[in-house]
Amino acid sequence: MKQDVVIQIQGANSFYGKKQILKDVTLDIPAQTVTALMGPSGCGKSTLIRCFNRMNDLISNFRFEGKILYKGVDLYAKDVDITDLRREIGMVFQKPNPFPKSIYENVAYGVRIQGITDREFIDGVVEESLKKAALWEEVKDRLHESALSLSGGQQQRICIARALAVKPHVILFDEPCSALDPIATAKIEELITELKRNYTIIVVTHNTAQAARVSDFTAFLYLGDLIEFGPTARIFTVPQDKRTEEYLTGKFG
Amino acid sequence: MSSRKLDKKVDSAFKFVGLAATLFGLVVLAALVVDVVSDGYHRLGWDFFTSFPSRKPEQAGIFSAWVGTIWIMITTAIFAIPLGIGSGIYMEEYAKRNRWTDFIEINIANLAGVPSVIYGILGLGVFIRLMHLDRSVLAGGLILALLILPVIILSTREALRSVPSSIREASYALGATKWQTIRHQVLPAGFGNILTGVILAMSRAIGETAPLITIGALTYIPFLPTNPVAFNKEIPYIHVSLQGFFDPFTVLPIQIFNWVSRPQKGFLADAAAGIIVLLTITLAMNAAAIYLRYKNQKRW
Repeated sequence: MKQDVVIQIQGANSFYGKKQILKDVTLDIPAQTVTALMGPSGCGKSTLIRCFNRMNDLISNFRFEGKILYKGVDLYAKDVDITDLRREIGMVFQKPNPFPKSIYENVAYGVRIQGITDREFIDGVVEESLKKAALWEEVKDRLHESALSLSGGQQQRICIARALAVKPHVILFDEPCSALDPIATAKIEELITELKRNYTIIVVTHNTAQAARVSDFTAFLYLGDLIEFGPTARIFTVPQDKRTEEYLTGKFG
Repeated sequence: MSSRKLDKKVDSAFKFVGLAATLFGLVVLAALVVDVVSDGYHRLGWDFFTSFPSRKPEQAGIFSAWVGTIWIMITTAIFAIPLGIGSGIYMEEYAKRNRWTDFIEINIANLAGVPSVIYGILGLGVFIRLMHLDRSVLAGGLILALLILPVIILSTREALRSVPSSIREASYALGATKWQTIRHQVLPAGFGNILTGVILAMSRAIGETAPLITIGALTYIPFLPTNPVAFNKEIPYIHVSLQGFFDPFTVLPIQIFNWVSRPQKGFLADAAAGIIVLLTITLAMNAAAIYLRYKNQKRW
């Protein structure tokens, strides 16, 4: 099975100050699939996913070495427009973080900051995005209420709708369900499976069961090293590395 | 006596001492307010607000003083608010952390604690001797602006810092630039707290006397600063003038200070009435600040 590759990570090393987080990680992320980055706390999976949209740039003592190619373009090249990049590669965070504004404004924000003011166009984007995030039916009658009045699971779907509104190609999920109850988690997972038809999805999780449920490919990271990468079914049935096997069987992590 | 019993005794004794200390403050304050109100309330009336100061205590009023206070407050706000919020945003959001910014930061915190009379002396040297602004509204407003600038900078930074980083990350992740993130997310989220800080700073400025006396703000001012907008019968019918900023002025605390230092009994009643007015304004501003702070408590 030959897949198109969207993101290529080549020899990625990253540091917070002197502390090295990622150690020479090399990995190809296939298109139109769900790739899970799995591993125990502190393995570098969140650091890695935050390299894809350069979210780590916000941390002053963060340093990155190596290459990450998105559709062949080096994300860390000097002439890359970081705001354009983040429009292509959206992100959903660990804790639902809607803006303290209305549901409508939350979803419209990404479009508005591109300078678009056409009311009808924005209305359309808001509706379409909320539908894709499976939230439209629940909120269509109260679009102008505060997004903070919604439940945690709904807030997380607002964040997904908000990310979809700017028409990204890749969506990064950084442990999207860690703050949610099992029912809300199931909804988000279902949504992720739904979205992979049109988007390339990367999910960070420390939950092996979640990786097994949602992903097509799984990368197992441990202490900054990429231990193993392959189709999820294969990783979970015949792990090639002892550490992967130990993690999957719950010996640590 | 076992040490356990002793602990309990100390405990209840401290409770009593603490209560006494609290009550002492409250009682003294209440006594002062009652005293001032009983001295001054009979002077409060329409005439008191519309009369200029006079040699006769029963005819004297605070017209020039409250109008002057408004002029000074507006001038102070014009300079202190944009400068203070601007530097607060810069220092919190843009400036790189290094020794130089640490140094500036410590000094701003120190400036917030400098006695106000020092600002008066600085103002006398810079605005009056050097820039020849004389004892004008502009000079007074600039001095008070300098005085409250550190307070506004600090409270702006505090307000911005309390906006969670998750909001900023969410904005950046959608492709927003730094300025868009600040303008559309961080500032609105911190707006209530910034406003609270500004109001508290202004309410400090409104009661300041020392720096204005240092520059020799006059206490007997039987006229108002020139009206900024005047109407007349000739085209273009409306006349806008900035002359008021260069006119001499007095403010409420100076007027009160002046009356208190007079020997005649009647002026003491005038002073008490002036204090009631000033206290009311200050308390109202503080109440507004507390209300805003309460209203803007953590929404995330």
